[in-house]
Amino acid sequence: MKVLVPVKRVVDYNVKVRVKSDNTDVDLANVKMSMNPFDEIAVEEAVRMKEAGLAEEIIVVSIGPEKAQDQIRQALAMGADRGLLLTTDEDVESLAVAKLLQKVCEEESPQIVIMGKQAIDDDRNQTGQMLGALLGWPQGTFASEVKKEGDKLHVTREIDGGLQTVALNLPAIVTTDLRLNEPRYASLPNIMKAKKKPLEKKAAADLGVDLAPRLTKLKVTEPPKREAGIKVESIEQLVDKLKNEAGVL
Amino acid sequence: MAVLVIADHNNAELNDATLKVVGAAQKMGGDIHVLVAGEGAGAVAEAASKINGVSKVLHADDVNYAKRLAEPMAELVIGLAGSYDHIVASSGTDGKNFMPRVAAMLDVMQISVITGVESADTFVRPIYAGNAMATVQSSDAKKVITVQPTAFDAVALDGSAAVEAIGNGAFPSISEFVAEELTKSDRPELAGAKIVISGGRALGSNEAFEQYIYPTADKLGAAIGASRAAVDAGYMPNDYQVGQTGKVVAPELYIAVGISGAIQHLAGMKDSKIIVAINKDEEAPIFSVADYGLVGDLFELMPKLEAAL
Repeated sequence: MKVLVPVKRVVDYNVKVRVKSDNTDVDLANVKMSMNPFDEIAVEEAVRMKEAGLAEEIIVVSIGPEKAQDQIRQALAMGADRGLLLTTDEDVESLAVAKLLQKVCEEESPQIVIMGKQAIDDDRNQTGQMLGALLGWPQGTFASEVKKEGDKLHVTREIDGGLQTVALNLPAIVTTDLRLNEPRYASLPNIMKAKKKPLEKKAAADLGVDLAPRLTKLKVTEPPKREAGIKVESIEQLVDKLKNEAGVL
Repeated sequence: MAVLVIADHNNAELNDATLKVVGAAQKMGGDIHVLVAGEGAGAVAEAASKINGVSKVLHADDVNYAKRLAEPMAELVIGLAGSYDHIVASSGTDGKNFMPRVAAMLDVMQISVITGVESADTFVRPIYAGNAMATVQSSDAKKVITVQPTAFDAVALDGSAAVEAIGNGAFPSISEFVAEELTKSDRPELAGAKIVISGGRALGSNEAFEQYIYPTADKLGAAIGASRAAVDAGYMPNDYQVGQTGKVVAPELYIAVGISGAIQHLAGMKDSKIIVAINKDEEAPIFSVADYGLVGDLFELMPKLEAAL
């Protein structure tokens, strides 16, 4: 069984992004870029499927600039078998990403696509679900556990108020939540080996998908600032303030 | 034209988030219809018919909608979409699950987790964990939108719309519900609670949450939350997580205990009316957003707080 893992190059988790002074976007010049953390969890899960004998081949795909090779190489070092980079310097929206991934799925015929539930840059949480709709495949979103049971995939999902398990026909889409696993660090020998693994490149524009954005970013602003209040000295003073000043108790 | 709001519910009760989503829908313009899809959710449809400003409730009743799985939900909504300019749902885990499927089937970009409505086609939404706010304009003919409920005011329950039973959409039969394990709690639900007490990694264990957070929460009738660090460390389940990757809350009173205030946590609670921070590190970033900060050891202070209430 083939597993496809889409990964995105995003601003590193630890970077505090700042808004440009002209309010056109955030300032990403010279900031550290990394693999989207939820996608790392997806790569890890795919590698575990392979280690468990469930998956035979793991293909990693990224849509982005030439430098997104770094993120594909990281996934290869974690244990994926080969990479595909659909190059573009444009900001491709989720719907167009889903359409590109649909093309890749039609060519590669994976049984499982596993990807992050959201990218930590635009926080949209939609590409996996959109891909499911375009392919007519079922989806197990926000997964905290993935198991093969007979010919179905059982996905336990993090939902409001607890957990829900669904059984999906294959092929299926899985999107990862935080508790699915803890991604491994690639060892140095594996990083060296990953450099020799195949990585194919194609221009995203050549796949016959309309990449034109549907949303226009009119402006990007700082969030409303919250002013720091006061320090209180004791629990008694705190309770008094909450009762008599803030009126919330 | 009109707005279709898809109700968030559990077949027994209408989630209050829906009242806030209707509040957002009122800013988009046009008649507002509410879709209640569920199994035996007549009481929910009845409750939805009382939402102020709603002119019609569409009620689809079938066992296939009992858990609102994405595949049948998307088919149902697609069948109704022709009559609407805006299709809107709460950004709870149900809405996040089926709405992007609806958007892709309609060939439109979903506008996710909006916190503001500028006009019928222009919306404000947080990006980068709330470190920036983007104002986006959609050129799609239909707008598929998920709404951050805490960003909008709830509308009143003083209306009287008609409830109309509607037929089912297609059932793709590619997914099925297996089981559910819901956290049993007498405490209010985190996303809608008036008071929230959250603990961080400083608690050090699940037992510490039980000993130092739960008693105060029970006295206040508060919901309990946790930082991502506390969830990652296994002290609390993930559905207690407040932050960018968890729940966004905006209660009257938010008490952060032993939480340093990482960016991604602040994204989940900074719109609370009053924020209290209790932390032994006086440099902790949480104090920069707190209305009332108390520097000290939570293991000494929390029993005192409980006793003082």
